[in-house]
Amino acid sequence: MAAPTVPRARRTFSIPLSWPLLLPLVLLLACVVGYPLLRTVYLSFTDASLNALGTRPAWVGAQNYLTALTNPDFHATLWHSTYFSVASVGLELVLGVLVALLLNQPFRGRTAARALLILPWAIPTIVNATMWRWIYNPEYGALNALLTQVGLTGTYRSWLGEPGLALNMVVLADVWKNYPLVALITLAALQSVPAEIHEAAALDGAGAWTRFWKLTLPAIAGPLSVAVVLRTIEAFKVFDIIYVMTRGGPADTTKTASFTVYQEAYTYLQAGSGAAYANVMVLVSALLIAAYLWLSRRQGQA
Amino acid sequence: MRRSRLQSLLVYLGALLFAASVLLPVAWMLLSSVMPSTQLTALPLRWWPGTFDWSRYAALLTLEPNTPGQTFLYALRNSAVVALTTTAIALAAGIPAAYALSRFPAGKGGLLATVIATYMLPPVALVLPLYQLLAHLHLLNTVWGLILVYCSLILPFTTWLLKSNFDAVPVEIEESGLIDGLSRTGTMTRLVVPLALPGVTTSAIFAVLLAWDEFFYGLLFTNGLSAKTLPVAIADFTAGRATDYGLIMAAGALAALPPVLIAVALQRGLLAGLTSGGVKG
Repeated sequence: MAAPTVPRARRTFSIPLSWPLLLPLVLLLACVVGYPLLRTVYLSFTDASLNALGTRPAWVGAQNYLTALTNPDFHATLWHSTYFSVASVGLELVLGVLVALLLNQPFRGRTAARALLILPWAIPTIVNATMWRWIYNPEYGALNALLTQVGLTGTYRSWLGEPGLALNMVVLADVWKNYPLVALITLAALQSVPAEIHEAAALDGAGAWTRFWKLTLPAIAGPLSVAVVLRTIEAFKVFDIIYVMTRGGPADTTKTASFTVYQEAYTYLQAGSGAAYANVMVLVSALLIAAYLWLSRRQGQA
Repeated sequence: MRRSRLQSLLVYLGALLFAASVLLPVAWMLLSSVMPSTQLTALPLRWWPGTFDWSRYAALLTLEPNTPGQTFLYALRNSAVVALTTTAIALAAGIPAAYALSRFPAGKGGLLATVIATYMLPPVALVLPLYQLLAHLHLLNTVWGLILVYCSLILPFTTWLLKSNFDAVPVEIEESGLIDGLSRTGTMTRLVVPLALPGVTTSAIFAVLLAWDEFFYGLLFTNGLSAKTLPVAIADFTAGRATDYGLIMAAGALAALPPVLIAVALQRGLLAGLTSGGVKG
């Protein structure tokens, strides 16, 4: 008898109910993200050292930031992070789209080929890094052996030992693992373009190139731009693959911003200036994250 | 559309090239792991093992004290414990939160954006205070310390993925549940979660894979057998003075096995998760 009124009563009750549901999330994130982030901001204005955990650090104002922003070594590491991000994501974009276009063609074994995309993606980053480090090994590596035995080159190179080369080789290892994600997203977007539209355009005399620019690209541009920003955020904070493959060397040419923070704080124990470096990274990441949120919201509305 | 013979040929050639580029590096890792040591460092390089040497796998699967095997097996256990426990916590806190974000979005748009931004934050921005926090709580070099810290990474990610999965469950089903006398928490646990179960499973698996892959916090917050995770153990092998690449490749192959098996077995669901839920806000 009272049935019709029950849902109404429950629904008015349900608005405050939604906050208790959120409480565990908010509490946990406040502890492991909110508090640490605020504390890093505080530390960045002090001379805190990991040597003296118990003592109260002295306030130094913007000193750490001034030092960071005028330090050419830090400029270099920011540049390495930027180069790594642009090169990795750029290659991932090109390769991802090409492979997606290929795997969108009907051919025998296509399902198996698509399944292959998931293999590099599933291999842990550290395993990927050690695998490529072994392939790049200057004496016994497969890359040198292959190039010499095929006859492309006569001399062995130290792929990760040459300053001009090392970062590019790390980029390639990173691209191998991560372009499948771009390919998978593109493939999903391609499936939303009906083949009939292509056929109609082809009948009207549009060439393959025109069809790509006028039909395919608009269909994949949205999801692709979201994927690219997501990958850029990931690439900008790169640490693990660098740590295993080069440890920032040779001659600091592969030292990225994350690696610098790690060294400053844990090798030199300078928590204060390490925090300042970290916050500069956060500001750059924040811009990228804002771009991501904006793009994905537009996607959601479309 | 009909293809010319040449176009077909190009497609097959491209597919072959693609398959080779994916498979060859992995094949080389596997082959190196079973090559006799003398062959690994012999010039010119021979591509097929003269004899198959399975001793590295045996060496990694032993608990004898002070062996690489002991390090490896402890790390395997630690990684499994950390990944599974973190996932359980992330689901326990993430499911109600994702439900609230999906069903009562009023006034919570900022919260969802914060959660997503949290996931994307560079870990170096949090690592110093987290280090001090764990030191203070005597949780450095413990699996519980890692589990707590991994929540910063995995909880936002699962909440985000779960929310987009819950969005796909029609509200009408809940309304009929409410009329039948279920409470709001009842409709969540008895209707929405079961209906979104494939998505919940996908979120859980992504959480496990994410935790399995994490390296940075693992490197900084652990240093011994009791909490060191697999990625850290493998990085340590690489840094060792007498580097046995065959052993490292065997360790890599074993560490890659669980995520690869999971990914292959659940391909369909994972692909859907990667291509839709994973990239939308």
